Amino acid sequence: MPETHAQPVPFRGGGFRPVAIRGAGLAVFASLLILTEWGTRSGWISALTLPRPSDVVKTFGELWSTGMLFKHLVPSLTRLVVGASIGVTLGVSTGILIGLFSYVRSGLVPLVAALFPIPKIALLPLFVIWFGIDEGSKYALIAFGTFTPTVVATYGAVDNVDRTLIRMGQSFGMGWFAIVRKIVLPGAMPGILSGLRISLAIGIILLVAAEMLGAEYGIGAYILEAGALYDLERLFAGVVILSALGILVSTVIGAIEKRLLNWRT
Amino acid sequence: MDLRVEGLSHAYDGMAVLDGIDLDIATGRILCLVGPSGCGKSTLLRIIGGLERPVSGQVMQLGTPPEGCLNPLTYVFQDFALLPWRSVAGNVRLGLEAHGLPEARMAEIVSDVLARTNLSDFAEALPKQLSGGMKQRVAIARALAVNPAVMLLDEPLSALDAQTRELLMEDLVSLWTRAPFTAVYVTHNLAEAVRLGHSIAVLSRRPGRIREIVHIDKPLADRIHMDAELESTQEHLWNLMREEARAADAELLNA
Repeated sequence: MPETHAQPVPFRGGGFRPVAIRGAGLAVFASLLILTEWGTRSGWISALTLPRPSDVVKTFGELWSTGMLFKHLVPSLTRLVVGASIGVTLGVSTGILIGLFSYVRSGLVPLVAALFPIPKIALLPLFVIWFGIDEGSKYALIAFGTFTPTVVATYGAVDNVDRTLIRMGQSFGMGWFAIVRKIVLPGAMPGILSGLRISLAIGIILLVAAEMLGAEYGIGAYILEAGALYDLERLFAGVVILSALGILVSTVIGAIEKRLLNWRT
Repeated sequence: MDLRVEGLSHAYDGMAVLDGIDLDIATGRILCLVGPSGCGKSTLLRIIGGLERPVSGQVMQLGTPPEGCLNPLTYVFQDFALLPWRSVAGNVRLGLEAHGLPEARMAEIVSDVLARTNLSDFAEALPKQLSGGMKQRVAIARALAVNPAVMLLDEPLSALDAQTRELLMEDLVSLWTRAPFTAVYVTHNLAEAVRLGHSIAVLSRRPGRIREIVHIDKPLADRIHMDAELESTQEHLWNLMREEARAADAELLNA
């Protein structure tokens, strides 16, 4: 046999598998901040275009030291918690009913599809008439805003529960409620929780809208007031608080997922 | 408690899948149902256990389930149907929870049945940590826990590899030898049928009819791998099925 040329087989695999890199997110944040700080200091970003990050921090420090931070944060958080609790509870229940009963599904899916795209902000005046200019209208707006995405996520999740598990439950003589509690709900939990991420983010967005009318204190009210005065430092300080709220919510849901969904492969 | 299937026919959207099935399921024996794919054997099993309603005919329960039987007709599914969020012990408990037993009694049954299936060391493991064979052992333990009058096994070993299948067959034989149970065992694997069946009902292609019922008298414990007598029975079963299996294979799906 003649001597043949030998060479290693070229590698063609790999890639398509992103992994989490520690600190990368933080580095992006930090470099953006440093860039704006440098830009505003050296003058190629004018003070009217973007506020200087250090000034935003200063404003935030004032908020903290005067105690105004909690005066704004507490009512906002209360509105978010109460409104989102109502919306999510009703949403999950409705979603489960849609997932399990033909009549509810046929009757409500078109209604939910019709409600979903309505900008809830547009309905604020209506809610003020229905629930009053006080807290009622704010709870209602946030509840309504979180309700529709929760419904859609929940009934999708219920649809995805493995039917053989339900047959198994029936074959062991489990009752309807036991099947829902022990099989359908835990089985739908991954979908419900990822829906919750979206619903709660929408809840935070609507917080600002809810505080457009009849709110003296609240992060939303604070931002709107600063916006009306073109006080960019205060505007950004408020926006940063909302972002932090979003990260907090997402972290909490992540922790819940870790605890509740450790059975996933 | 015996079961009797009487003149059972079934159809999906007007297409007949089972036609005039008569079967006797005797206490303490294993009846295997074999047939080419799509002959309706799994459908028949679901009807026997009351998970599906037949178009005509009925399944009769003769006598009452024995004392201490919690769920007379209990399934073992092909894909195990374990709740992934429950531990092994939690899955075995599931079938017991519907019956209002005191906590201590449930714990006692669970530990007893896990010991019988050699799963005691895995009681707290989650299904994702188990191999396919272990998962099916858990499903068998769950079925045994409710002390069924009749076990309905739907291709229980079909999702497993050949070696695991062999091991689990041995387990089933030893479980049956220690405490004979009644079972209907659906499979498309003839080797399983001749190893585990006291009688084997051969179904024809769609619509499923019973072509022949073969009885094997040799005790389960004496049936060994590659037994000549069993081989010839298996050969006979294959001859009954070969043409139908070929035709079933060539059939267009959903045509």
